[in-house]
Amino acid sequence: MSDAILRVNNLQTQFQTRNGVLKAVDGVSFEVGRGRILGLVGESGSGKSVTGYSILGLIEAPGEVAGGEVLLKGQDLTRLKGEAMRRVRGAQIAMVFQDPMMTLNPVLKIGTQMIAAVRAHDKVSRKVAWGRARDALAKVGIPSPEERLDAYPHQLSGGMRQRVAIAIALLHSPAVIIADEPTTALDVSIQGQILAEVRRLADETGTAFVWVTHDLAVVSSLADDICVMYAGRVVETGAAADVIASPRHPYTAGLLASVPAEHEPGERLPQVPGSTPSLADLPPGCAFAPRCFKAGPACTTTPPVQTFADGRSALCHYPIEPVSCQPLSSTSTTYRSAS
Amino acid sequence: MSAALLDIDHVSKRFVKRPSLGERIAGLLGAGRKTEIVRAVSDVSLTVRKGEVVGLVGESGCGKSTLGRIIAGIYAPSDGKVLFGNAPVAKEQGRRTEKLTTQVQMVHQDPFASLNPRMRIGDTVAEGPVTHNIVKARDADAYVADMLGRVGLDPSYRRRFPHQFSGGQRQRIAIARALAMKPDLLVLDEPVASLDVSIQAQVLNLFMDLRQDLDLTAIFISHDLGVVRHVSDRVAIMYLGRIVELAPTAELYAAPNHPYTKALFESVPRVGVGRKDFRPIAGEIPSPLHPPNGCHFHPRCPLAGPRCKREAPALSAIGPGRASACHLNGGGTD
Repeated sequence: MSDAILRVNNLQTQFQTRNGVLKAVDGVSFEVGRGRILGLVGESGSGKSVTGYSILGLIEAPGEVAGGEVLLKGQDLTRLKGEAMRRVRGAQIAMVFQDPMMTLNPVLKIGTQMIAAVRAHDKVSRKVAWGRARDALAKVGIPSPEERLDAYPHQLSGGMRQRVAIAIALLHSPAVIIADEPTTALDVSIQGQILAEVRRLADETGTAFVWVTHDLAVVSSLADDICVMYAGRVVETGAAADVIASPRHPYTAGLLASVPAEHEPGERLPQVPGSTPSLADLPPGCAFAPRCFKAGPACTTTPPVQTFADGRSALCHYPIEPVSCQPLSSTSTTYRSAS
Repeated sequence: MSAALLDIDHVSKRFVKRPSLGERIAGLLGAGRKTEIVRAVSDVSLTVRKGEVVGLVGESGCGKSTLGRIIAGIYAPSDGKVLFGNAPVAKEQGRRTEKLTTQVQMVHQDPFASLNPRMRIGDTVAEGPVTHNIVKARDADAYVADMLGRVGLDPSYRRRFPHQFSGGQRQRIAIARALAMKPDLLVLDEPVASLDVSIQAQVLNLFMDLRQDLDLTAIFISHDLGVVRHVSDRVAIMYLGRIVELAPTAELYAAPNHPYTKALFESVPRVGVGRKDFRPIAGEIPSPLHPPNGCHFHPRCPLAGPRCKREAPALSAIGPGRASACHLNGGGTD
């Protein structure tokens, strides 16, 4: 894809600790095109959120972006400092956090905060800013936006607050929005509403989304592309439908196979043995090898990125053969019988 | 069909919001005092047979956790009664609730909050059974080792503290603590919600193994429809304090009856169906402080009629073992 708006190349984010350097993000690369939604999937500690923060330059000491590029329309954000980064952040690239109360100030009215957000980047009158705030709220499907502008955050429900947070992110029509687990804290019926709005916004406004989540079901129904992370590295990328239908990396296969909804009720679930390794104590070579059913002698060395004909890739010495025209359950059988 | 182990009979739970200091002063000065009442659970009846796993599903504020706590004897019901083997599980003692049985045990959602961080996990597991003379203090060590082994943890871990374990391991410890009381009924409140997907599968497998080995009866509370389908024999769907539908799992998932159940199923993202046209449920979940009149779901229901605003539908049988609370099943919505 050459029309990528955001391209992340070999991103390295490290944290200095007493026990040495932790590589929270270790050579992550991906790209997102206009109007597309990339699902950045991983479990706790995989580095997916730190990747999102690194893109926006939100990493603070003892952490630092130690290498790589974040190219937003060709401009490398990792080289921007202070004021220059502030001008980009919020205007060309914005963020939505898991907890909307991280975005919203509890003692200011929604309108006050949104007007400030508009005027942080555009020198317009308060009246114009108010109008843009109202339009942004309407765009994310908030009923009677004028009244909401006059409300305080605590007067809104969790779902409404998250819509407001998305509306604030949209105020300057950014090219890219990074969303960090934005629906995880919401109820299913409210999550459905937000996902529907986000899909519509991406299609209508051309905003690209990087959707950071642990929830495969959300990614499967929302995203165009998937990037699976494990222990700070991208282990698999590809079109969402392809990755879900036929995962090539054993970790992705294990994750997908352990989703209960894909099995007969009461059936024993195929499980990935063990637990996520600590970043301070990663095994040499492939970090997933100790839990992997396909692991072999080569796995003590760093696995290569294998690129396949359909534009997908996997970081693995022994990728799973593609399954053609078979439902998901067959791939989980592969995982089960071999483990 | 075996006999009923647990009988929940027209149970309601109201929480009264105590007035704040400011409001009390205003009350003393003659301002009208309003007490706000949350009806967390209203008029719920359910029987659970021995050996059965009943799933309780619903969104926030639906009362599923409150009902779970009433069953476990942590709260006494405001109205109605909960009988476990023909005896109540708890009674109100003034302001305290006294639990009357050790046969019902609970596993909480957050294993980071439910284990005492300053107690070795062996002591945590042993405390209950030793106190209640299920095991003698001098045999406690072997007993704890056996319990830890049963939940898939190395018995040598019993000298460790909770912070030395991962989330999945802590949830195993919490399950071991509940099992150590030799309960007949286990109430699990969102036991896998805070765990990663791959760890979730491990804990669900453990639960299914234990169920088979120990012939457990359980109430499994979750907001995750996929998880509940996997482990439950019957499922109760709750909305704003009421059970709106109750059915054997397979039948419920094959053909949901209540409009809320249907809408819930449609708005759940699924793995492997590809990009999806979401048809989400319109509107917000109303506050349990001010639930709508009549059927609580009517403001969001596409099929609601005038009768739904006036009259709350009763949970009534719609087939063998199935019940639903909707006017569409009897009398219509006009």
